[in-house]
Amino acid sequence: MLGALLDWLLSFQVYLPIAELSVSVLLLLGLGGGVGFLSGLFGVGGGFLMTPLLIFIGVPPAVAVATQSNQTVATSVSGVLAHWSRDNVDFKMGFVLLSGGVFGSLVGVALFSILRRFGQIDLVINIAYVILLGSIGLMMLAEATRALRRVRRAQRGAMAPRKLHQHVWVHGLPLKMRFKKSRLYISAIMPIGIGFVVGILSALLGVGGAFLIVPAMIYLVGMPTSIVVGTSLFQIIFVAAVTTILQSMENRTVDVLLAFVLTIGSVIGAQFGGRIGARLPGEQIRFLLAVLILSVAVGLCYELVATPDDLFSLQSLLGSR
Amino acid sequence: MRPLSLLVLLAMALAAPAAAKGIVADIDDHLVEITTDFAGQDILVFGAIDGPGDVILVMRGPAGRVAVHQKERFAGIWVNAESIEFDDVPSLYGVASSRPLFEILPNEVLDRYQLGIGRLRFETVEEQPYGKGSFRIALVQQKRKQGLYADRVGRVTFIGETLFRANLHLPSNVPTGTFLIDVYLVREGRIVDAQNMPLIISKVGFGADIYKYANSRSIAQRFGYGVVAVLVALLTGWLAHLAFRKR
Repeated sequence: MLGALLDWLLSFQVYLPIAELSVSVLLLLGLGGGVGFLSGLFGVGGGFLMTPLLIFIGVPPAVAVATQSNQTVATSVSGVLAHWSRDNVDFKMGFVLLSGGVFGSLVGVALFSILRRFGQIDLVINIAYVILLGSIGLMMLAEATRALRRVRRAQRGAMAPRKLHQHVWVHGLPLKMRFKKSRLYISAIMPIGIGFVVGILSALLGVGGAFLIVPAMIYLVGMPTSIVVGTSLFQIIFVAAVTTILQSMENRTVDVLLAFVLTIGSVIGAQFGGRIGARLPGEQIRFLLAVLILSVAVGLCYELVATPDDLFSLQSLLGSR
Repeated sequence: MRPLSLLVLLAMALAAPAAAKGIVADIDDHLVEITTDFAGQDILVFGAIDGPGDVILVMRGPAGRVAVHQKERFAGIWVNAESIEFDDVPSLYGVASSRPLFEILPNEVLDRYQLGIGRLRFETVEEQPYGKGSFRIALVQQKRKQGLYADRVGRVTFIGETLFRANLHLPSNVPTGTFLIDVYLVREGRIVDAQNMPLIISKVGFGADIYKYANSRSIAQRFGYGVVAVLVALLTGWLAHLAFRKR
């Protein structure tokens, strides 16, 4: 009875016009919902999880990445509106970040299309994800383990003092600007540089890049933590939007239908994730997320190293039409 | 499938015996529409010949340039190493015949007309040295694996001595464009008559519109597609915010 119901639900297929693939609507909503739940639970964007999952279900990597940029626009908008209503967005800093980000996105999309022409884009996406997820996963694991120990020590009554932001070489660079909201008077070069690097990654991997911007802005620039998340979401909207448009023009790999279905799932999932996340202890959540990220990295790594079923692959070239 | 059209054709064949045409054929539908729930389709080819003989049908999808990549292990990782580009590769190729090909035509003729997937000739885009035959074989094998190349996509069956029909199968991943179906009449090891018919395969509906704009030749239209994609995302994000806003 239940099985028949599930079969019936799974039978709703949608033909994704750009991915050129027929997939169950329920599966896509489930993927979107699951990743959205995790992103609400852990407070991360989720693009870095969604792209590998899309590749696992058979979406061509180039389409997965470009489509993810499109979905990132939607999730960042709903995120930034929530932060804006709490007045946690530094718009001036956001514009400085995104001036670097848009330029990075241009470079990234150009790189993307060159790699695609040489038939190497899938490989680069895979390797970059293994490195990215591997290093983030390990860092988070180390941090969460330390935090878990700290919690235990705190329970025994020994609280370690924590340092707030300190002045480093970054603050000595020229082109100083005043950011009232963040209470900073710093060189604009650093945020532009961070934006640039994240813009490249955003185009190449389809990620929003909050997991890079947030720590970089806190530790390298010294921005207050409360404002960083909203500001990074604000700039991600623009960079992801520019990336979506550039990918559409240059590589024709944005599947608007896929992005839409995933978004529906993820905004709903994120609500539940956020509510549950607020009730769970943070250290344990971060530990679980680190394990999850590392297992995705290991899965992707295995695909790179394992002997493929087929040594040959075909690629249709547009130029001949 | 459509006995009426068969009858009409029979009538035509009987009414005009003077026209020195050895074979006449038609397709039941010259337009195949790929909708969002397309899962493959058979098309009916039918016709008549003016006496005993064998019939061969060849279906070809629009030709294009294809790159064949070969993976090699490099520092432990499998990467696309060498690649060769081929020109005029039909996106789909299928044969149907009334008897096995080798029984009805000698090898030279099969080669000349490129009948059978083993006899297809593709030109490489650049001059290639010897020893690249494996790429050519891999191209055909990959196409076969994708279900796009086949030696027997259907059987030509006869109704009496002169009427024939065949169902040609189009797989669910059939490429789009203008296909060509060649019909050959064979007698005593020679092709004595031939005819060809176009078959148009196109995506229709919402998905087709998306595909059309996303892959448009005009960069302005692709820009427009990107802008619409962003606007849709902005709108969904905003609606989601309204729906879940904490009051």
